[in-house]
Amino acid sequence: MSTVIEDVRILIGVPQYEETGEFPVERSYVWTMCAAVENGNPLFWDDTVAEELTGGPIAPPTMISVWFRPHHWAPGRTEDHLPLKVHFDLKDRLGLPEAVMTDNTIVFHEPVRPGDVLTTRQILRSVSDEKTTKLGTGRFWVIDVEYANQKGETVGVESYTGFGYRRGSDAKASAS
Amino acid sequence: MSAPAPLLVFGDVAEGDILPSLRHDVTATTVVLGALATRDWRPMHHDKDFAMRRNGTRDIFLNTPNQAAWFERFITDWTGPHGRMGRVTFRMRDSVFPGDTMVLDGVVSKLTVDETGCGWVGLDITLSVDGDVKSTCTARVALPVDDDDNPWQRSADRWKP
Repeated sequence: MSTVIEDVRILIGVPQYEETGEFPVERSYVWTMCAAVENGNPLFWDDTVAEELTGGPIAPPTMISVWFRPHHWAPGRTEDHLPLKVHFDLKDRLGLPEAVMTDNTIVFHEPVRPGDVLTTRQILRSVSDEKTTKLGTGRFWVIDVEYANQKGETVGVESYTGFGYRRGSDAKASAS
Repeated sequence: MSAPAPLLVFGDVAEGDILPSLRHDVTATTVVLGALATRDWRPMHHDKDFAMRRNGTRDIFLNTPNQAAWFERFITDWTGPHGRMGRVTFRMRDSVFPGDTMVLDGVVSKLTVDETGCGWVGLDITLSVDGDVKSTCTARVALPVDDDDNPWQRSADRWKP
């Protein structure tokens, strides 16, 4: 009989939760973002510069995850959108009630352009053996979130390192 | 009309160069604008009572994708529009609140030219408040290697971020 960790590790490298963004990439949202951080990069404000350098308007690269966060409300929507489902699956399956994200890397490929319809999928890359840190005992995992445009070109890959754990309550109890 | 000349080219940069600092007085508006712009509707980024009661923080605080957008602005303020980001890694240590003056500082850590001839600048960046580092970011950004190079025209096998 296989163990829980073996069952989880079978999923390493397997694409999961493929989804298409609710809306095409919106140019007005680009301006909203640039205004929020006072980003005056002419690529986003001057069509001539955008045309010359990037072959037309693009979205700021760091907005990549924005396109998969839904608007606050939509008609008929009944379920909350939970991002990074693979992370929550791991917590559940491994029985680890707490979790933190330790770091987040984004790699940028083809530029994202207004009107693009993006798809995303999540891929578990690794699950560590059990480790104890100052937070508690648990496991580290790495999840990639891949993003592609309607032409099938990769536009970006985000990698999240998570640590799912149980608090060190035994240690606390014996110290008190 | 021809493309604007690059603000910065690869040959202008040396390891150890310091980027111009960016200072910004964070207000509740800064936090809320960034949360909405990144479609992050979680209440601790717009509702002070919720943040205090449920998160135990002293106020609402900057969300991660908003910090990413601040890092991007900091980098491209320096490179100009020809600068093309290849990769960033963030590490959040502590929160940034209204009333804080955040300061972004950066230094050129490494210069490389890859096998396709693309010039890469490695950057080590910190976001700090009163000298305490709240977040760190390492980034890899492509700059034109000469006046004829445009990193944005690279794709597929010629773009190795």
